[in-house]
Amino acid sequence: MSENEDVIKVEGLTKVYNHNLIAVDHIDFSVKRGEIFGFLGPNGAGKTTTIKMLITVIRPTEGTATILGGDIAKQSMDVRAAIGVVPQEYTADEDLTGIENILLCADLYGIPRSVSKKRAADLLNLVELTAFKDKRVQTFSGGMRRRLELACGLINRPKVLFLDEPTLGLDVQTRAATWNYVKMLKKEFGMTLFLTTHYLEEADALCDRIAIIDHGKIIVVGTPTELKDSLGGDIITLGIQKEEDITGLISKIEHVKEVKKENGSYMIKSSNGELTAPLIIEALRKSGHVVTKLSLTKPTLNEVYLQYTGKSMRDAEESRESVMQQRMAMRRSRA
Amino acid sequence: MSESDETQVSKSRMHGLWALTNRELKKWYQQPFVLAMGIIQPILWLALLGKAMNIGNIVTGIPGIDPTKIMMATFGTKDYFSFMSMSMVAFTVVFTTAFVGMSVVWDKRLGFMNKVLSTPVSRSAIILSKVLAASVRAIFQAAIVAAVAFALGLSTGSNFAWYSILGIFAIVFLISVGLASFFTALTLRATRMEMPQAIFQLVTLPLMFASSAYFPIAQMPSWLQAVANVNPISYTIDAVRRLMVFSDGFKQLPLDFAYVGIFAVIVTAICVVLSWRYLNK
Repeated sequence: MSENEDVIKVEGLTKVYNHNLIAVDHIDFSVKRGEIFGFLGPNGAGKTTTIKMLITVIRPTEGTATILGGDIAKQSMDVRAAIGVVPQEYTADEDLTGIENILLCADLYGIPRSVSKKRAADLLNLVELTAFKDKRVQTFSGGMRRRLELACGLINRPKVLFLDEPTLGLDVQTRAATWNYVKMLKKEFGMTLFLTTHYLEEADALCDRIAIIDHGKIIVVGTPTELKDSLGGDIITLGIQKEEDITGLISKIEHVKEVKKENGSYMIKSSNGELTAPLIIEALRKSGHVVTKLSLTKPTLNEVYLQYTGKSMRDAEESRESVMQQRMAMRRSRA
Repeated sequence: MSESDETQVSKSRMHGLWALTNRELKKWYQQPFVLAMGIIQPILWLALLGKAMNIGNIVTGIPGIDPTKIMMATFGTKDYFSFMSMSMVAFTVVFTTAFVGMSVVWDKRLGFMNKVLSTPVSRSAIILSKVLAASVRAIFQAAIVAAVAFALGLSTGSNFAWYSILGIFAIVFLISVGLASFFTALTLRATRMEMPQAIFQLVTLPLMFASSAYFPIAQMPSWLQAVANVNPISYTIDAVRRLMVFSDGFKQLPLDFAYVGIFAVIVTAICVVLSWRYLNK
């Protein structure tokens, strides 16, 4: 397989539950080798359903997807053998110890004990659980369980690793540690990673490319920078002493894309705010204006999200009750 | 994690079967309390009902009537305890295997099932591991109940020999596989705990009373006889009694074994086919 070949290729993938609840609606995307690809969207947007179809746990209603050339429906056993999965839930068996859990996972992949013992030791080392390997998982903290899930997901040395909400409910420190593991997997082993998240910071910090998904549809795909740039760049807010229109003056300055006057201030969109701001001050000083205030805002994924979905990610998160209801409905129909 | 050591992984259809079965068994023998709970109920039945309902005593003292002869004629044993204690061996299997559904539902709720489904383990192996683990548990507990019956004064039949014990293990294994598959199949689609519990309540009592567990089938009304005669539990109990406490030979045994064996094979096959259909949604 060449460097740039699509490791995951999805065409028209659709999942309808109970003939009426459309969880995933004809999505298309592809993930390149060695890429960290993120699915960003609020709860109930269809992220988990998509990942469950890709890891062959639920069957698509329509459409196809291939992973490393294997069709998820027709060659599901080959796909399963080649991928690793780190689920959203803590799936390790609480009554077993850390090492027993990892060896169980190894057995499920048919890895002989002579090999799996060594691998398990390496992985426990990697996720810093060696000291706890003989403790029952019951006694593990959330962060430790998360790391154990990661170790289990890596036991078959997958070429593609799927992570469903890898940092859901984790504290800030453990979250940062998880991000480091993910980055390390890409850097050290050239692994392709597909993850879902509803944390904007996470998508921004980790992903090479992001797909924003809402109501089961992919709204936009791009690198975090591309997405932010698509908003028209940085925003400079400017105030001057005199009541005089300077729109014409500013729009001639380099990198300025748009100038709007609002409530006596100027909203200036620039593709490079750091360069534009000093140029504006310089130009205004030369023409005898006095700058009273100036601020520079870099767009975040929240603004991107707002632009494409018409609602703030945080707003979408706020209606918890409806989200919970939707989740329960989905869970019930998934079962 | 270098790419150099490409490992030859097992391509066997059934890899993972032992690993999954072993997981279930570990959870079981590491918890002696749960293990003990599974045996207490049948032993209570044995000690309380089996010992208290001394039917032979009821007719004692009536002139011209030999209680032992009446017992032999009606129940085939000298005392009621010997008759009903052997049905408790079979019922331990029902009690134990009925809970297999709970572990299926737990695995689904905790996400363990989804994790296993995303690995290259065949769906049949996932289900057969539940059936096998439940069968091992059932055989172990049935053996304990049989031992307790001995200790409480079971009178063995005239055909009893050491190999009768092997025969009991064999028939208990067959009915365990059959019932574990039956209960697993019923809970394959369930996601709520109430489901296996409801099934347990609904199924165990009729299975118990519509069999020869407490009374000989010949004494039942004809409609109940019809049910008891197709109930695989009746055949299991019959086999266990013939091997242990009856004195009229082993002639009937091949039929008992064949009936229970065919039941086990058919139900397990149905369960495996349903697992292909329902485990992937």
